[in-house]
Amino acid sequence: MVIRGKVHKFGNDVNTDDIISARYLSTTDPGELGAHCMEILDRDFAKRVTPGDIVVAGNNFGCGSSREHAPIALKGCGVALVIAGSFARIFYRNAINIGLPIIELPQAEALEAGDEVEVDLGQGTVRDITQDKTYRAQPFAEFICQIIDAGGLVNWAKEKVH
Amino acid sequence: MGQTITQKILARHTGEKTVEPGTFVWVKVDFTLGNDVTAPLAIDTFEKAGARRVFDKKKIALIPDHFTPAKDIQSAQQAKRLKEFADKHQIVHYYEVGRLGIEHALLPQMGLVGPADLVIGADSHTCTYGALGAFSTGVGSTDLAVAWMTGRVWLRVPESMKFVFKGKRPRWVSGKDFILTVIGAIGVEGARYRAMEFTGEAIRRLPMDDRLAMCNMAIEAGGKSGIIEPDEVTAAFVSKTRRLTASGIKEWDALKSDKDAAYVGIKEYDVTKWEPVVALPHLPSNIKPVGKVGKVRIDQVVIGSCANGRISDLRIAAKVLKGRKVAGRVRLLVIPATQEVYLQAVREGLVETFVRAGGVVSTPTCGPCLGGHMGILAEGEACLATTNRNFRGRMGAKGSFVYLANPAVAAASAVTGRITHPAAVAKK
Repeated sequence: MVIRGKVHKFGNDVNTDDIISARYLSTTDPGELGAHCMEILDRDFAKRVTPGDIVVAGNNFGCGSSREHAPIALKGCGVALVIAGSFARIFYRNAINIGLPIIELPQAEALEAGDEVEVDLGQGTVRDITQDKTYRAQPFAEFICQIIDAGGLVNWAKEKVH
Repeated sequence: MGQTITQKILARHTGEKTVEPGTFVWVKVDFTLGNDVTAPLAIDTFEKAGARRVFDKKKIALIPDHFTPAKDIQSAQQAKRLKEFADKHQIVHYYEVGRLGIEHALLPQMGLVGPADLVIGADSHTCTYGALGAFSTGVGSTDLAVAWMTGRVWLRVPESMKFVFKGKRPRWVSGKDFILTVIGAIGVEGARYRAMEFTGEAIRRLPMDDRLAMCNMAIEAGGKSGIIEPDEVTAAFVSKTRRLTASGIKEWDALKSDKDAAYVGIKEYDVTKWEPVVALPHLPSNIKPVGKVGKVRIDQVVIGSCANGRISDLRIAAKVLKGRKVAGRVRLLVIPATQEVYLQAVREGLVETFVRAGGVVSTPTCGPCLGGHMGILAEGEACLATTNRNFRGRMGAKGSFVYLANPAVAAASAVTGRITHPAAVAKK
């Protein structure tokens, strides 16, 4: 799968309260959650995102609460992929489980806001078209690939049980 | 190579003799947990997957503790979904307002989790039960739904970090100060993906409520779990509510890390000369000793949460507050973590102390900790809380401030209206 989109840039330790504040957790609707995505860090984020855009952040993206509403909110407002230096563990598994593409890229910092980036998830390559640079992302473990290939944890588990 | 307690517990649940860090396992769970925020999503997933039956109706807790008593119609709808799911699947451990408590205080108190168990919960503070010698970790709603379907969860076996606490704990210093100091030292991602093992003579002498507060905050350092080897303190706590482990206490000897177990880092602390610490906005790692915080005025104090809403937390707060008054412009909110803690606080006269001091005592709820309800902050307001997170806007307005500390510091600060060492108030 190839994803091409514009970069929205954030720093280190973006927490799940930043991604979607607890005051909006009395719904599970992706659209409603998406409308408030990232609003603590960038009030107009949801309005500026166009479907297919890419969030780029530093280390420990998604730290804090276990709320799966966080990856759902990102998906809900049209974010196609998150690239980060590293991910907090519950966010990581939530994204894998629900099928929000994520890429761990130590050089994430080099990507700039507004850059046009093309990512080949299968190859694990991140190409910054604006800067004309290509990076190789950390490959997923084989086990994680199985879940991704199955289309998420529910399908994977169904296959496993049957 | 020897095994850590974490490896040993995980190995037992895979049926293998040993498991190595970095490998992925698909393991049986002993207990699962969801709340009114995370369980509705899990129910959606469970039903959409076409699942008809849960793996074990006795191994599922549904605890509507976050936005209850329901703060608005949407929250009421979410809590109702838990009740309906519990009815449909005859879930044993569903509790209504009036009988519940904050999940991570309630489950240990009821004996639903214990040594050698493997527990997952759709709540990041599920790591709390490591204090009892369980492997216990927070997961998402899809993980929870799949565990309801299959009785299993996927895990990457974590590397372990060891934190050794030596010396004698001074008065006013608590488990909360131990863990805040660790987070301050290693940072909010210092233990990412890892198990944090707490040990040493100061841990052996640490009461269970303090141990629970410590393991509760492993996630704030990015940890997958916190864990303390079971000992006499664990036995005394657990034996009140359940058989120690399925096969009895002797098995605990096997629940210790081997001497030659591998750790990716070992840190040692001597607590003898410590003083309480405070985490300043907006990260739990932003630590200063209470004496070096400077003059910080506060508008609200919250004593409660899954970190510090247990009876010993209320006792020490009441000790500081007894015969004193909350400062004129400050709100003091005391939130016993469970109904049992509440009742015990009534029996011991602690509730009277809080009310006479000018505080309010609330029904158990997560409420203000996550900015849900029951104590939301306005722009520019500051709160000193015994909770576990102080992210920007966590307790309310984007421009509000949350400081984290132990219950004695919280009580002393309520009296003076600024962040204060308990010794400065209590000796007057």
